[in-house]
Amino acid sequence: MYGLGVVKGLWVTLKHFVDTYTEDVRWLSKRYIDPEKLNMRQSPKGKGLFTVQYPDEMLAPTERFRYLPFLIYEEKADGTKEDLCTSCGICAKVCPPQCIWIVRTDDPVTKRPIPAPKEFYIDTDICMNCGYCAEYCPFDAIKMDHDFEIASYDRTTAHVYDKAKLSKPVSYYASIRPTDYAAEEKARAEEEAKKAAKKAASAAAKK
Amino acid sequence: MTEAVAPTAEAAAETLESRFPGSVTPDTRAGYSGYMVAPDKLIEFSTAIRDEMGYDYLSSVTGVDYIADGKLEVVYHAYKTTGGPALVFKVQIPREDPVIPSLVSVYPGADFQEREAYDMYGIRFAGHPNLKRILMWDGFAGYPLRKDWKEAYYEADIKPFDSRWPGGNFYRSEEKNPFSHNVAYPEGFDPDQWVSEEEAEQYPNLNELDVSTGRGFRTDKIVVNLGPQHPSTHGVFRMLVTLDGETIVDLHPVMGYLHRNHEKIGERNTWIQNMPFTDRLDYISSMSNNLGYALAVEKLTKAKVPERAEYIRILMVELTRICNHLWAIGFLLNDMGAFFTPALYAIRERELILDFFEATAGSRMMCNYMRFGGIARDIPEKMRDENTMEFLNDMVFNRLPRAFDELDTYLTENEIIRSRGIGVGVLPPQQAIAYSAAGPLLRASGVPYDLRRAEPYSIYDRFDFKVCTREGGDVYDRYVIRIDEMRESVKICQQVLRDMPTGGDILAGKPQYTVRVPAGESYGRVEGPKGELGFYIVSTGKANAYRYHVRAPSFINITLLGELCKGHKVADVVVILGSIDIVLGETDR
Repeated sequence: MYGLGVVKGLWVTLKHFVDTYTEDVRWLSKRYIDPEKLNMRQSPKGKGLFTVQYPDEMLAPTERFRYLPFLIYEEKADGTKEDLCTSCGICAKVCPPQCIWIVRTDDPVTKRPIPAPKEFYIDTDICMNCGYCAEYCPFDAIKMDHDFEIASYDRTTAHVYDKAKLSKPVSYYASIRPTDYAAEEKARAEEEAKKAAKKAASAAAKK
Repeated sequence: MTEAVAPTAEAAAETLESRFPGSVTPDTRAGYSGYMVAPDKLIEFSTAIRDEMGYDYLSSVTGVDYIADGKLEVVYHAYKTTGGPALVFKVQIPREDPVIPSLVSVYPGADFQEREAYDMYGIRFAGHPNLKRILMWDGFAGYPLRKDWKEAYYEADIKPFDSRWPGGNFYRSEEKNPFSHNVAYPEGFDPDQWVSEEEAEQYPNLNELDVSTGRGFRTDKIVVNLGPQHPSTHGVFRMLVTLDGETIVDLHPVMGYLHRNHEKIGERNTWIQNMPFTDRLDYISSMSNNLGYALAVEKLTKAKVPERAEYIRILMVELTRICNHLWAIGFLLNDMGAFFTPALYAIRERELILDFFEATAGSRMMCNYMRFGGIARDIPEKMRDENTMEFLNDMVFNRLPRAFDELDTYLTENEIIRSRGIGVGVLPPQQAIAYSAAGPLLRASGVPYDLRRAEPYSIYDRFDFKVCTREGGDVYDRYVIRIDEMRESVKICQQVLRDMPTGGDILAGKPQYTVRVPAGESYGRVEGPKGELGFYIVSTGKANAYRYHVRAPSFINITLLGELCKGHKVADVVVILGSIDIVLGETDR
């Protein structure tokens, strides 16, 4: 029978439409406000309305979501900031589109390199968000950010991030990627414990 | 097709060498395999391997520039559609005068690939019916993949560039490469005065009256450009169509609008830097691209992939196939005029799979997930609020099969699909093989050729699934086969979740950003969602690839587009193109 396909198709849409309202009644308005319920709406458990009305509503990115890289600094007790970056240059070497530019600091007296970057640029126009810099950084000094709303009015100047714009505190990193942060901290603590044990052992051997 | 004469590879080699004494010799360079064929015996040789030994499927044709030897090389990979390893043969010619016979008469599927080799290396294929540039515009000067060709904005031959560290004072590349000075024209070339011969050629018969139809109705032929900006072309793709009324008389695909010379970029990159670039080929199915490239490099490095990583790879790749087919079906319906309702219902499931990709790989589409010898990261414990394994089990065992059933119920018997699909764009199996069609396009024509079975890679030999085929070879069958394949994919995913070891390594050795790849060549291929995706790489033992070639299924499958569309109406062109399922990122590279 002709037209049956149309009726069948409309039936799907109707079911979906009705589901949306029954779910609304079930959760009241929570489905649109509560972030947890918002997540559920766009998940296998969700029924009815599936889409999220960005930017009015926004799903939290998953923990491993990567957008642009940022540099991490530690805040010392006296208020100074210490970069974790040692300007070893691995991120600049591994970067596929070659968007990282680092200027190494030289000691003013000895002219020897100091393990801290003087300048650090990322050209966000050509960054391809691959995450290699964060993956291969041996000091966990560069990580991938979650913030993807970076539109600006001036493409010639605003799209190149310098060190000031790239730097963010460790606490920020811990807040966006708690699992990764905890795992790295644990690995570091173990490493240090091992080193301390070795030291103690060698000290004991000397005695 | 005659039966294969030689039962073993050695015996086959014996017959080939004795049959063409002096013209066919084994390739003895370290790390290389296959035969060197003299250019004058090429046609005879390829006819012999096709008709007598059963190598009826020419998978890949590409050039390599051995500038140190002053030679250009054309590399062919031929396969049997009954399965088994490749027969690789090569022809070497001097760089100054590179002419070799065209294989289009033996393997029509060589058509676009030879044009690409001509475009990129300037190798002239004598006897090619339409030897013109295909990816570059026809006024372009030079052959970009030759090793001595430099782009207008040239920084260095290989990455990493020295200027980045330790004295990396940033400059914008645009300042060094200002607009209107970023193209190198040959001497005396004025772009404003230039007329494309290729374009001009298409129009002379416009006023020619065609009275051959005998319908007593005298009509003009008319040339229409479908695209490059047209929603039905799925990207920036142009079809130059010659029409007689509403009927297609001739169709020429015109592509290259998205060309960025992926292969040249690949030859500048270090090995690992290529991985995220492969994401950008067929951007709907980046996991498959990753796997293809990883396999090609692993063939040279001989890295042993840990068990768990193998299972996760298969899981990812099969989920990618599901994503791709959902997308393809949804947008095929769009092309048929069912505007976006079926498409959105189809890609709702895709959305959930992409959420899983985001939680695991960090990105929804540009996954950059595989590494040489494993994968980047293990599956996380939690994604947003829910347990990942619970989510996966729910998806794979309940939700996805149900979604396919739903699509099946509402679409397969739908009168629009049946009347727009059945008998439209019919592709006979012999033609499909001859034209090197791959993937669902080939199998919908009744050829049971699936690399996962024909030459199992990774751990596909452990899974129970069937190679789906359909007999009709029309648009409708290409739709149905995608539903069938998704069902098989979900079956594989179920077996993965059942058998996957719960712990263990995911990467062979430590994570390394410099990979030592021994000198040699390798051809890694996977059954991508769109067809056979191959990576031909040549290593000289250095940190960068010497040659990096992508055998792109989207590119080779549209060799057939003109043939399939002839005699149909304009509206059918859109549907036929949709059923081939191309992605322009891969077609143009």
